Amino acid sequence: MFVSYKWLQDYVDLTGVTAAELAEKITKSGIEVEGVEILNEGIKGVVVGHVLEREQHPNADKLSKCLLDVGEGEPVQIICGAPNVAQGQKVAVAKVGAVLPGNFKIKKAKLRGEESNGMICSLTELGMEGKVVPKEYSEGIFVFPANAEVGTDALALLNRDDEVLELSLTPNRADALSMLGVAYEVAAILGRDVKLPETDLQASTEKATDYVKVIVDAKEDNPLYVAKMIKNVKIGPSPLWMQTRLMSAGIRPHNNVVDITNYILLEYGQPLHAFDYDRLGSKEILVRRAADGEKFVTLDDVERTLTADHLVITNGVEPVALAGVMGGANSEVTSDTTTVLLEAAYFNGAAVRKASKDHGLRSEASARFEKGVDPNRVRPAGERAAYLMAKYAGGEVLEGAAEVDTLTVEPAVVSITLEKINRVLGTELVMKDVEEIFARLQFSVSVEGDTITVTAPTRRGDIKIEEDLVEEVARLYGYDNIPKTLPIGSSTPGRLSAYQKKRRVVRQYLEGAGLYQAVTYSLTSEEKATQFAMEKRDTIRLAMPMSEERSILRLSILPQLLEVVKYNSARQNDSLAVYETGAVFLSNGTDVLPVEKEHLAGAMTGLWHSHSWQGEKKAVDFFVVKGILEGMFAKLGLSEQVEYVQAQVEGMHPGRTAVIVLNGEKIGFIGQVHPSMQKELDLKDTYVFELSLKAVLEADAPVLQYESIPRFPSITRDIALVVNRETVSGTLKEIILTAGAPLLKEVQVFDLYEGDKMEEGKKSIAFSLKYVDPERTLTDEEVTKVHEKVLGALEEKAGAVLRG
Amino acid sequence: MQERLKELQEEAIQKIEQSANLKELNDIRVAYLGKKGPITEVLRGMGKLSAEERPVMGALANEVREAIAVKIESKQKGLEEAAVLEKLASESIDVTLPGRPVKVGNHHPLTRIIEEIEDLFIGMGYQVAEGPEVEQDYYNFEALNLPKGHPARDMQDSFYITEEILLRTHTSPVQARTMEKHQGKGPIKIICPGKVYRRDNDDATHSHQFMQIEGLVVGENIRMSDLKGTLEVFAKKMFGEDREIRLRPSFFPFTEPSVEMDISCKICGGSGCNVCKQTGWIEILGAGMVHPNVLEMAGYDSKKYTGFAFGMGPERIAMLKYGVDDIRHFYTNDVRFIKQFSKHE
Ligand SMILES: [Zn+2]
Repeated sequence: MFVSYKWLQDYVDLTGVTAAELAEKITKSGIEVEGVEILNEGIKGVVVGHVLEREQHPNADKLSKCLLDVGEGEPVQIICGAPNVAQGQKVAVAKVGAVLPGNFKIKKAKLRGEESNGMICSLTELGMEGKVVPKEYSEGIFVFPANAEVGTDALALLNRDDEVLELSLTPNRADALSMLGVAYEVAAILGRDVKLPETDLQASTEKATDYVKVIVDAKEDNPLYVAKMIKNVKIGPSPLWMQTRLMSAGIRPHNNVVDITNYILLEYGQPLHAFDYDRLGSKEILVRRAADGEKFVTLDDVERTLTADHLVITNGVEPVALAGVMGGANSEVTSDTTTVLLEAAYFNGAAVRKASKDHGLRSEASARFEKGVDPNRVRPAGERAAYLMAKYAGGEVLEGAAEVDTLTVEPAVVSITLEKINRVLGTELVMKDVEEIFARLQFSVSVEGDTITVTAPTRRGDIKIEEDLVEEVARLYGYDNIPKTLPIGSSTPGRLSAYQKKRRVVRQYLEGAGLYQAVTYSLTSEEKATQFAMEKRDTIRLAMPMSEERSILRLSILPQLLEVVKYNSARQNDSLAVYETGAVFLSNGTDVLPVEKEHLAGAMTGLWHSHSWQGEKKAVDFFVVKGILEGMFAKLGLSEQVEYVQAQVEGMHPGRTAVIVLNGEKIGFIGQVHPSMQKELDLKDTYVFELSLKAVLEADAPVLQYESIPRFPSITRDIALVVNRETVSGTLKEIILTAGAPLLKEVQVFDLYEGDKMEEGKKSIAFSLKYVDPERTLTDEEVTKVHEKVLGALEEKAGAVLRG
Repeated sequence: MQERLKELQEEAIQKIEQSANLKELNDIRVAYLGKKGPITEVLRGMGKLSAEERPVMGALANEVREAIAVKIESKQKGLEEAAVLEKLASESIDVTLPGRPVKVGNHHPLTRIIEEIEDLFIGMGYQVAEGPEVEQDYYNFEALNLPKGHPARDMQDSFYITEEILLRTHTSPVQARTMEKHQGKGPIKIICPGKVYRRDNDDATHSHQFMQIEGLVVGENIRMSDLKGTLEVFAKKMFGEDREIRLRPSFFPFTEPSVEMDISCKICGGSGCNVCKQTGWIEILGAGMVHPNVLEMAGYDSKKYTGFAFGMGPERIAMLKYGVDDIRHFYTNDVRFIKQFSKHE
């Protein structure tokens, strides 16, 4: 809502309060003022000029050579490019030395050889928005009424010596969608009175009811419909002050009748509609729901197909307006209109919302109905419009109105105790303070003991319960005056849950290991949603996605992380390590919430570490990533419970992928992205993992317990084994550990050879075995005995022989 | 003979002094003190001496040997030290060369902000509550005093999956769920961080997915002044002790009264600049006293219990705190962006 500071003074005395001060006060007491625009900021030296002569520029087809009286004795010559400039016009002239918006300084100039001493201005050149400029002036200069005085300040005449407050209204404060509503608010803030607009007029002896009959079929949607009749109107421009006020509020002037309905919309917050009575084709207004499939051409010349959800105004037969949204082309006021049927009605917000939404016709009018208009302002708004039509369109207002009124208006009556107000706010107000606040709001009150009973006017439909009264008191008492305290009473322990703590440990660990945390979108495309998914489920699709790219809830994080890798690689970040924790969404069938599982995913590519001047370089490989995960599981005490099992995972390198098994349950995978997918995404070798973080964080780790440090020396034996290529070290290690128990404490792989010195299909793998007895020093013989057993088992179970 | 010994001593000492390295010194040792050395030779001639002279000469010879040995030892020490120094000198390095980098990643800036806020409120006795991102219409709207058809639902156009299920538009449903779980009993003190979703086109200031942190306190005597005091503690800890706060009335369906909190502008100190749109204040969060309908719906007696709630956007806070100019940076995950948030503060 745009509020003109000058216009507001019609209703409230603003003496001693500047626009900026007013904005601050309004903001602090309830309605946010987003900005204050000074309309004539950066403009000076623009006066009313009279075009004495106009002739064609000798050297340019599209230019005019004009001689203007600008109120300074000698007329001045100005070259003008506007197509509509004509002799006899009163126009806005930026004199030499004038400044226009954008710090555009007007200087003496020669245009195609002719001298030009100033500029005749269009409204946009004076800083007004093109969309509010009246159509007839949108392609050229603005023309003042003939009585404009030459040499006076053109901006003042255009009401640009004003400031406009932009109010940002929350849905509960629909009452401030009008100048009067804002006036009541400002009056309450300043403790001043509200002056209501003039509506008294001499009505004609003819009765409106002789011209029209109103029938409402849909009374729930339209409990009040008032039709006023105005005869003998002369369509023409509305007065300049009205046009300028409309423009300042962001509305384009059309003609006097339409402008008056728009003016009342702004002044009272009550949308009105003017029909050309003669074009209605009947003496009847029938309000009903449309029939399904009924067609109707709105005044923007678009044919609309209606449904039974839409409320229409008809002439008894066919629609003439979509109620509260837009009139029809068939009954629109034109320059030939002489008799106006003026509609002032109360339409139900839901009915209007449905129609405006279905047809994409959001307007100032529909917005007000949707938010709810003041039922007690419908008739006064109609009276005021009729008054203005009589005054500015030469109309004759017929007596009374044809109407249907089934609206029951009951103001809200709410009681509250002073104790409750103070208890909720933490204040120490006395009853007198509270009474005074409601008096300023023009709410009537009665006090009985500690209880105050408040009757809120209908314009404040948002006042319904005790808390609403608390809010009124709080905002007018001032939030600055409310003390600052901290909650007292029984305390609660502040802490993270075990799960949340461990999640932080995981993040810290991964970052310590060199990975950066990424946060990507949960919504993705159909194709990516299921890539790398660990469980096969139906995808969950939005009913109305904004794009296919963001239409499905992800089942895995990796596709997004690979996008991150791709994005960074394309920007010369070739070595990258990122991880993300976040939910993936597993469908449980429609109409039930999906299972949300927290996952952890990571992706690494390029160099793992490098030290350039020392020539050190280590590229990321499977074992770098595995080492990081092993470290994480160790940190969480889960090392003993995790296994890596060679596996095939879709989208992953068939030979370089393992599933991660935690306590026998498959919880994720690790490996290299399949080369064909790498190619598709334009990635270098990229190693990734994704696993259920939930499973990891919820797994029980053994309780931390001290274990005595061995007091006796260990004996280490190294062995190099020749085995089949397919035999994995994990299997061998398992055999060694089993056969060597209990003296064998540690087994480490320390060499792997698969080169051409080996027999076809064989490889050599070397282990270091460490034997310890915690109770005594082992002898070589004892170790040899166990060691032989180990070698025997290796040969028997894995065909492993010692390398010669 | 005596003279010969003295001569040998002097000669040896001179040679020792002149020796340049350990090898030369060792040669001298062998030459003078060895079994074939001149002193031994001199002593062989002792047979010609008288019985009285012999012990004297023997003692003298030992003295000479001793003197030479001492000298050798001291020279050797000197030479060894010099050798060590020389070796160390040859081992010197250019300490200005860069060290071997330790790769360390860091939190995403939003996580950083969220954890900072979590820790701040944990310190004030709050717990961190989490809930599903896909929600029932009931918890996302209805339980928060936003019945179907409520005009404020327009304020948060939502991603629906079915008529009853949607991506949550705020983290408030976690509050509704937590209250329901407490079955009408207090106290509750939680903050709820998480991802939320709205039907917005992604641009410099909008994102269809973003973060939110909300707080909720419910108890038997929770006042607006408690909200104001709590928010002040938060603002000063988060943005600096010198920042002022102000509350402005606002509207949210789930709170009544509702307020918005501004903090004084750091850039202009309150006198007005472009960042604060000339107002001297910057909007940080929305808050209010929990609406009685919300309390009642969760099973609380709103005559007995009151509460306050507040909600804020980590993106906005990060943008203000670090001067980030485009919300899309948070979701593009350019490492050059994320890296900038590694410093501990
Ligand atoms: Zn500022």
